[in-house]
Amino acid sequence: MIKLEKLSKVFETPGGGSVIAADQVSMEVPEGEICVLLGPSGCGKTTTLKMINGLIQKTSGKIWVAGCDTDEQDPVQLRRSIGYVIQQIGLFPNMTIEDNICVVPDLLGWDKTKSRRRAGELLELVNLDPGIFLKRYPKELSGGQQQRVGVIRALAADPPVLLMDEPFGAIDPINRAVIQDEFLKMQTELRKTIAFVSHDIDEAIKMADKIAIFKDGVLEQYDSPDDLLARPANDFIASFLGQDRTLKRLSLLQVQDVMFGDQVRVMARDDLEKARGLMREVGHKNIVMVGPRGRARGYLHLNDILDSTGKVEEHYQGLPATVNIRDDLRSAVSKMFRHDTTWLVCVDDEGFFKGSITQRAISHALGATYRDSDVATGAAAEAL
Amino acid sequence: MKMQILPHQERFRSRIAFGLGAILGIGLMIGERGYIGDTWRLYSEDILFLTVQHIQLVLVSSGLAILVGVPVGIMLSRPRMQRYSEAVLQVFNIGTTIPTLALLALSITLLGIGFVPAVFGLWAATLLPIVRNVFQGLRSVPDYLKEAATGMGMTPLHILRSVELPNALFVIFAGIRTAVAVNVGTVPLAFLIGGGGLGELIFTGIDLNEMQMLMAGAIPVALLSIAADWILAKAQYWLIPRGVNPLRN
Repeated sequence: MIKLEKLSKVFETPGGGSVIAADQVSMEVPEGEICVLLGPSGCGKTTTLKMINGLIQKTSGKIWVAGCDTDEQDPVQLRRSIGYVIQQIGLFPNMTIEDNICVVPDLLGWDKTKSRRRAGELLELVNLDPGIFLKRYPKELSGGQQQRVGVIRALAADPPVLLMDEPFGAIDPINRAVIQDEFLKMQTELRKTIAFVSHDIDEAIKMADKIAIFKDGVLEQYDSPDDLLARPANDFIASFLGQDRTLKRLSLLQVQDVMFGDQVRVMARDDLEKARGLMREVGHKNIVMVGPRGRARGYLHLNDILDSTGKVEEHYQGLPATVNIRDDLRSAVSKMFRHDTTWLVCVDDEGFFKGSITQRAISHALGATYRDSDVATGAAAEAL
Repeated sequence: MKMQILPHQERFRSRIAFGLGAILGIGLMIGERGYIGDTWRLYSEDILFLTVQHIQLVLVSSGLAILVGVPVGIMLSRPRMQRYSEAVLQVFNIGTTIPTLALLALSITLLGIGFVPAVFGLWAATLLPIVRNVFQGLRSVPDYLKEAATGMGMTPLHILRSVELPNALFVIFAGIRTAVAVNVGTVPLAFLIGGGGLGELIFTGIDLNEMQMLMAGAIPVALLSIAADWILAKAQYWLIPRGVNPLRN
């Protein structure tokens, strides 16, 4: 959908020298995906983004947007077909929110009543009441509200491609998380192709289908967040991602990716003898007790019932915590630490028992990719 | 403890002051024997005729100044003029350091005496505040607004019309207000080069040491200035969109 080929930008400096802001950047953003351009200040990510809609003239290379070579398009027409969001939001203070949202539809000559109705619908999409906000001016909105309007303004003419230049950079952390979530929810329905500039790694990991890391104008690595965190291509990327990059991967994996499914279980009316038998059979020290329809109710520990007799319901203990199978590992680990336990019962939205997850399994999942790539180094170390 | 003056108290005080002034004014005016009544009786014909002439001078010269000043200001603010704009503004600045009287005198050498050179001199004196404010107003429109506009596919003309000018309008209007205030105050000098206007009564009154004649010119001039500023203030309040008008919330 967006394709860059050997894209370069050289700025002439007043002293007669030149600065290479983008150096032979080649990458492709597939349709419906979010690609985050990430890197320290002055790494060329914003320059690359602005070359896509021609705000910065490229020095050499090719750009295709939606299958068309941008060299063959009128830049003004091109920009009208690409949504654009900037960090400073850039709502026009002289226009009402309604007119701000309808800027591009008006430029395209759309029917006014149609575009005004769409403005209202878009406001509802970001939980702002059209009745209140349509006729307001930007200065009457809070920063977070303005940024929401900035995002839907880019969507007004329903462009297939969005360019976003640190769109959530100027918002306080709490609001930012809320707007990011709203935006991701919108994106699952809208499936826009998005190039997104950020300098915030956590934001990139949260938003991106793919991350492009830039340094000094060079595209250093272009990979999915998980691959990037697991296998940084060089020391710069490793240090940019941070010492705790493995922990960052926790938020990329879901509980259901790592849990042991189809676990043995007992019912309240089962005998303890049966529970002991099952535990010995599979070699576990714990067994989960489920309700009549399969909801997780409690658990038994082998050591507690070694010499006991009776029914499960007379001896079970309550579960300290359960974790949803669609939660990320980050919250699973957090729950384990909070309750000082090494395993958790995994349930679905209705509370049905789906499996269990252990600290061992998590550390194994995080370590797996390293072990693959460490085989060579490990062998080399042994040879010494 | 220092007493705080609240806005409404201040307004109240100014109303009292205004009321006292009005009572005094009415007192002076009362009857044929009153000072103003007497002046009016003597000079009403002159006052009416010269006031019309005075207003004509103001309207023509400041109208022309706006017609020329706004486009010049816009042109100077364009990116490709940036190199020259400071130099051009310096020339305009030097223009304002020339006393208006000298400017009027100079326009005699160019255009002779009468209405036209008076208008020219006034026009030149009024032009600078307009050009400068249009230029500054447009330049102070934040770059990111222009970037957002460009990025959404507006053409430069579009941006000027629907982003830059509306957002600079308040500053531009402030310049026009200043310019007209200067203009109205300078028009009496036009009489000196045969341009007519209420200056005729003022300067003749001075020459003849005729206080009443002087006042017959000075009072309408003062009232005209106040009226002009009042009209422009109202226009500034109502014509500028609410979103960019600091006077309206």
